[in-house]
Amino acid sequence: MLLKLFLSFLKIGAFTFGGGYAMLPLIQRDIIEINHWLTESEFLDIIATAEMTPGPIAINSATFVGYKLSGFWGSVVATLAIVLPSFVAITLLTVILNKLKDNKNAQNSIRGMRPAVTAMIITAALSLAPQSIVRPVDFILFAGACILSWKNWLNPIYILLASGVVGLLFGFI
Amino acid sequence: MLWSLFINCFKVGAFTIGGGYAMLPVMKDVFVNQKNWVSEEEFVDMVSVIQTVPGAIAVNSSIYLGRKVAGIPGAIAATLGSVLPSFLIILLIATTLTSWYQNPHVANFFAGVRPAVVGLILVSGIKLGKDILSSKLNILLTLIFAFLALVLKIHPVLLLAFGALSGMFLYQRSEE
Repeated sequence: MLLKLFLSFLKIGAFTFGGGYAMLPLIQRDIIEINHWLTESEFLDIIATAEMTPGPIAINSATFVGYKLSGFWGSVVATLAIVLPSFVAITLLTVILNKLKDNKNAQNSIRGMRPAVTAMIITAALSLAPQSIVRPVDFILFAGACILSWKNWLNPIYILLASGVVGLLFGFI
Repeated sequence: MLWSLFINCFKVGAFTIGGGYAMLPVMKDVFVNQKNWVSEEEFVDMVSVIQTVPGAIAVNSSIYLGRKVAGIPGAIAATLGSVLPSFLIILLIATTLTSWYQNPHVANFFAGVRPAVVGLILVSGIKLGKDILSSKLNILLTLIFAFLALVLKIHPVLLLAFGALSGMFLYQRSEE
């Protein structure tokens, strides 16, 4: 069982480009439809939990499924398996990038990716906005976070904590 | 050094609500502003190149940056640090089988965190862009990429490939 779990998550980790959300369809197929390790509604619960709690959605899903199937060691095995392909891939990538340090085409390509990444980060914020900024107080928190981080007045962790506390207190009103 | 990598990535991991991009502003603050482990430029390039290989953004960033700071042991320390908070939280939820995250106070706290996450991501995107958006060519490219990502929902890897190709041809020409 542990080996099967390991191989499944190894595969999921190795074939998802583009972040954790890209993993969800693969998890759905492998874990729910092929192996029947989870039900559809448990899967939705995991996604909801993963969105509510800190951490990459890929890790959250692997830990949860692993625990459900084989207890503590299951969660360790599944989490390791999903991280391992990244480890190998990034290590190879670093070696290749070092070799290409003086290659003009490679350096121009990396520079060309900068506008793409800028666009991706800004669009990530825009696509999170509708579900995150709903109430008027949310807008104030959003604007506050923008100003504080733009001016470097407060470190991001404290901005997040303060924003959470405001949200908590606002719940009592 | 390894301990410092571990503990700082643990902090980053503990505050990553809302996917990999949410982690970037916090991670940049630690690695670039507080610790000076990598330069701003290296950080932007890291965000690009790590998305060309499989894996979660948060995990890939930790491996890449950890390796840059302290080799393979650094990569292991950083990854353990950023993965452990979510591992422990999910384990707690799975073992106690309580849905304490549905507790209204916890939910209110996270509802307050979310708008700030959006603000932090937006500002980090604009700040990263500040240096990049100094040329007309780059402004044009960024607008085109934003359109491709937002409207046509082009896959991130394809978007990066377009970026790489355009960089290879356009920058070369503008230098000649």
